[in-house]
Amino acid sequence: MFVRGLPNRARKLLAAVDAAPTERCIGGGIACAPVRLWHWVNAAAILILSLTGYLIGTATPAMSGEATDNFLFGYIRFAHLSAGYVLSIGFLLRIYWALKGNAHAMQIFWVPLWRSCFWREVYQEIRSYAFLTVEPERRVGRNRLAQLAMFFMFTQTITFMVVTGFALYGQGAGTDSWQYKLFSWVFSIWPNSQDVHTWHHLGLWVIVTFALVHIYAVIREDTCRPGASDL
Amino acid sequence: MGGATETFYSVIRRQGITRRSFHKFCSLTAASLGLSPLAAVSIANALETKPRVPVIWLHGLECTCCSESFIRSAHPLIKDALLSMISLDYDDTIMAAAGHQAEAILEETRAKYKGRYVLAVEGNPPLNEGGMFCIDGGKPFVEKLRSMAEESVAVIAWGTCASWGCVQAAKPNPTGAVPIDKVITNKPIIKVPGCPPIAEVMSGLVTFMTTFGKLPELDRHGRPSMFYSERIHDKCYRRSHFDAGQFVEKWDDKYARKGYCLYKMGCKGPTTYNACSAIRWNGGISFPIQSGHGCFGCSEDGFWDKGSFYDRLTAIKQFGIEANADQIGMAAAGAVGLTVAAHAAVTAAKRLTHNRDRAAHKSKPS
Repeated sequence: MFVRGLPNRARKLLAAVDAAPTERCIGGGIACAPVRLWHWVNAAAILILSLTGYLIGTATPAMSGEATDNFLFGYIRFAHLSAGYVLSIGFLLRIYWALKGNAHAMQIFWVPLWRSCFWREVYQEIRSYAFLTVEPERRVGRNRLAQLAMFFMFTQTITFMVVTGFALYGQGAGTDSWQYKLFSWVFSIWPNSQDVHTWHHLGLWVIVTFALVHIYAVIREDTCRPGASDL
Repeated sequence: MGGATETFYSVIRRQGITRRSFHKFCSLTAASLGLSPLAAVSIANALETKPRVPVIWLHGLECTCCSESFIRSAHPLIKDALLSMISLDYDDTIMAAAGHQAEAILEETRAKYKGRYVLAVEGNPPLNEGGMFCIDGGKPFVEKLRSMAEESVAVIAWGTCASWGCVQAAKPNPTGAVPIDKVITNKPIIKVPGCPPIAEVMSGLVTFMTTFGKLPELDRHGRPSMFYSERIHDKCYRRSHFDAGQFVEKWDDKYARKGYCLYKMGCKGPTTYNACSAIRWNGGISFPIQSGHGCFGCSEDGFWDKGSFYDRLTAIKQFGIEANADQIGMAAAGAVGLTVAAHAAVTAAKRLTHNRDRAAHKSKPS
């Protein structure tokens, strides 16, 4: 057993992950309703955040007329900040659900990198995506390569974006705001917040890249995989 | 050099400054510190009764712009205040004494006012080659800095050099210049960044310390909160154009003439903590954005190393090339997009051949 060194609780959890129901699209699988709801709220928030975030980075073409008659950039920032709140609260609820929901709900937060059987499954996935093997018709929960990408490109990046986002928000809200008090430790890592802006902006592109691969993999899974229903 | 037992008031009276001007200065300073009008009275009282604080003012690797800033300030009393309020026992660049005579003052102050004098540092020490890039009185500056800091009560880091490192610490930093808090670790350090800092900020800080006999509230980076708790952007008079989405596109366009926001021209106001947009410069006449140029972010850490002063998205050097976040991101997303497209094409081709094989297999006569 690879899990011998682990504390009891962690061992139980791993066992639960392995024993969880494997069917997709039923209430007990990875596609259960709270996670689906979170997914689409999250997707909408990310879409808004990416578009407005890009505009905040590059700024809009100049509006004509009096400054008092326009509030375009203000509205763009408002949309960005509100969507940021939606994403953050959603992410917190998702963490709660990871602890309370079924074992699959934990997958994007918990990657057993130390288990060799995990890496074997990753290797098989890579071979399958590289057209080197006949693809398995049925998956156990989420595919391991997807889990890896999800953890490193999505979970980690979103955490980074939430933390840096609130730190930057705290600058505008003022040094006595709770956002600044909770998140200004970020400025101990980067004393010049210009760097925080730069990394936050780079995070946008990590998410965009992730979304490209994610959407492609999902469409391919549903339509083109051998074993998927012949459409 | 004046004795430290004299009060500020007696010194300025001797210099011919009227009592009326003195009280004007006190109210101005109380206002700029954000104190109540009554505080002007406490300030006046303190400056009339308390002995002046002995100050040793050292110059390391620097350009003396901090000194230039306040001796050229439009309000004559500001520079007098700063130079008279403290008992400036030693200042290499403006003192009359020189050579051994000057060095003797250092030793004297160090012994006489042990644990009571304030050490003000303009510039910073280079550490490479044993500190030989800045020799002061025949010894590396870093040694002088260490020994004078040892017996001081507090240390003021004037300007971005002493606070963050500034231009001499910019990459590749051949002399190994470091901000003073890398060398002095056991004394309270008040950072007053800016290249140079605003004269009124400098005098305000000294007035506060003289009046209340304590250090002001400092922020996370050791800067006095009363001057460095808001960004240039937060009090910028062009902020309404920012919110409206009205930006200067080119330096000579009509929007520049209309005084629109300089965000697209790389203004660092949104990331710079300083008091320029509130106190302004040269006696409140103007500040960079008011004169039509974006903020450089001169009071921020490593501002020389963040790429062009005129780019909104600054260069990222960690990737070995100079590119901004958008260029790197678009390249990555483009590469991944192409890979996805190629993969989709191969998948489709595979599926077609697979279906054809299956169809051929089905139609084969048994």
